[in-house]
Amino acid sequence: MQKKFTQIAAAAVLAGALVATATGVAPASAAKPGIKTGLKIAIMPKAINIGYFTAWNKGAKKACSEIGAKCTYLGPTEATGPAQVRFINKVIQQHYDVLVISAADQNAIVPSLKRAKAAGITIVTSDADVAAASKSARTVAILPSASARIGTAEVDWAAKAAGERGTVAVLSAAATAANQNAWIAAMGPYLTSKYPNMSWVGGTVANSTFYGDDDATKSTQQFDAILTQYPNVAAIISPTTVGVLAAAIEKKAKGASVKVTGLGLPSQMAPYIEDGTVETVGLWNPIDLGYVAVYAAARAKSGSFNGRVGSSFKAGNKSYKVVAGGIAYLGDPFTFTKANIATFKAIY
Amino acid sequence: MKKFNFAWEHGVVIFLIAVIGIGSNLSPYFATTDNLSFVLQDIGEIAIIALAMTYLIIAGEIDLSVASSLNLASAALGFAFRNGVPFEISILIGLAVGLVCGVINGFLVTVVGLPSLAVTIGTLALFRGLAYALLGNEPVNELPEDWVNLGFTNIPNTFLPWTIIPIAVLGIVAWVILHHTKIGRWTYAIGTNAQAAKFSGIPVARMKFALFAATGLMSGVAGVVYTLRFASASPDGAVGYELNVIAAVLFGGVSIAGGVGALWGVLASVLSLGAIRSALQLADFSANALLIVSGALLLVSVVVPRAIVILKSRRKSVVAKK
Repeated sequence: MQKKFTQIAAAAVLAGALVATATGVAPASAAKPGIKTGLKIAIMPKAINIGYFTAWNKGAKKACSEIGAKCTYLGPTEATGPAQVRFINKVIQQHYDVLVISAADQNAIVPSLKRAKAAGITIVTSDADVAAASKSARTVAILPSASARIGTAEVDWAAKAAGERGTVAVLSAAATAANQNAWIAAMGPYLTSKYPNMSWVGGTVANSTFYGDDDATKSTQQFDAILTQYPNVAAIISPTTVGVLAAAIEKKAKGASVKVTGLGLPSQMAPYIEDGTVETVGLWNPIDLGYVAVYAAARAKSGSFNGRVGSSFKAGNKSYKVVAGGIAYLGDPFTFTKANIATFKAIY
Repeated sequence: MKKFNFAWEHGVVIFLIAVIGIGSNLSPYFATTDNLSFVLQDIGEIAIIALAMTYLIIAGEIDLSVASSLNLASAALGFAFRNGVPFEISILIGLAVGLVCGVINGFLVTVVGLPSLAVTIGTLALFRGLAYALLGNEPVNELPEDWVNLGFTNIPNTFLPWTIIPIAVLGIVAWVILHHTKIGRWTYAIGTNAQAAKFSGIPVARMKFALFAATGLMSGVAGVVYTLRFASASPDGAVGYELNVIAAVLFGGVSIAGGVGALWGVLASVLSLGAIRSALQLADFSANALLIVSGALLLVSVVVPRAIVILKSRRKSVVAKK
């Protein structure tokens, strides 16, 4: 469940980023300074046939045409490490120059990646990284947003929707979901320090968090429980695509006035954003993740970027810096509002 | 019946040769020693478990929990190692856990008397759940490098991966026992007619129990190979492998009805499936094509032998009427 959410969330963030670059970039030119042309690049998702990764590849393809590389989108139908390993073997055998990969399993593909690296292939992870202990297997990881920022951005959306006043509750996934817990921990102090007229409905963020277990029915019940327990709650943040959708549906059904925001898939949330039930949801933009990863990998292969902490590289007209852990973040989560939802609901 | 069966296995070998021929034509990367190494690695766990599954299906039983047993063995290995047990001992613990999985299945089928399909669907879920309970959401990934290297490197100065050793050794043992000992003959007799086998003095229940235990142990061996090959033990490993194993065994000529099959057919089948996957992949067929082909092969291996039996019996009844 958590894995699935991470995937979706990753996709969303990526899509946002991609859109951002897609609109701001000059038309393609065959040669870019610092990048060799004619590179043979493999773009490998966790699994093909997933809309999120189709969008991811869209960004990768755009970068490929800009730098004059020959890109191939390949991967398994099931998102497992062993299935991905077979395709990594293929990439080794067919002498690709570069592999851009979203790791379906943070450990199981590491031996294969090391083998690919030994064969001279430059590897960049994008969207999903290998385990921290194995980070030497790749040059750099291109990830959506730092964990804390995913939490604090959601607080900003809630504050904006609620007019920066009132109380806030959280409708999360499972109590054990590591991603959600990290984001929620970042929300806690941020709300009260940034927005003096706002507070957590239960006193602390921990006491204000309800768990819908990424189950539509349970999330709906928990949404109702929040309203029953705290009739004056001003906003509910749901940092999971299942929860935020359930909250939007139930809010509309009940005609509740509470503001709803969180991490949502544009395709699922579009009806509720279009009719005004929900003002803003966010996610990352898979298109940008793919786009930026291809640039990072092509520059690394061409020798104009080494992936070390503190180094930076350009993708399109933006510069990205490598931070601790060998990771480059795209930036803030991408937000969806009435203004742009029509475009994005068709993408993922 | 015996005559037909013979033809099926020959067919599998011809099929394997055809796949190799076509694969070599489709991609220059197919008929290379590198690729042979990759394919032999890739089929490792499937081949090892298929050896035991062949016995079990010939004896008229089935074990759907093999992938979960593999994974639980791997999880136990990882769990022990994470808690400070030396790696060599952790491997033995993994093997023991695999054996215990088989013993549980055997006990429920032969002592409690439940059907193996129902029992092993249950333990499929149970063993998977236990692996989650053992490891939580934290995979074990910092394993000793010398051991992990065995999982994905070749034997020095050869193009054969280290994983070929357990397959070869266990394959020879399984072949000798099945085709040249009393235990092998008993296995066929039980699958042909368990009632008759019982009356002729074969310890049917004890034999079945032993076959389940052996299947568990082989799953344990596969679990160790899997752990090394993917340098990690995680609760969600090897999902769906039971289907690959059963597909390989059936396509290899073992009848799902029991009593029929030969080990060399199964090994040729495992190799064929690995070779097809590799050929399609290297020739840039999509992963969707791969799914369709493996599904079609499974269907063919179940439907065709059955169709032949029906046709034969019809011909017989026509002859009888005349």
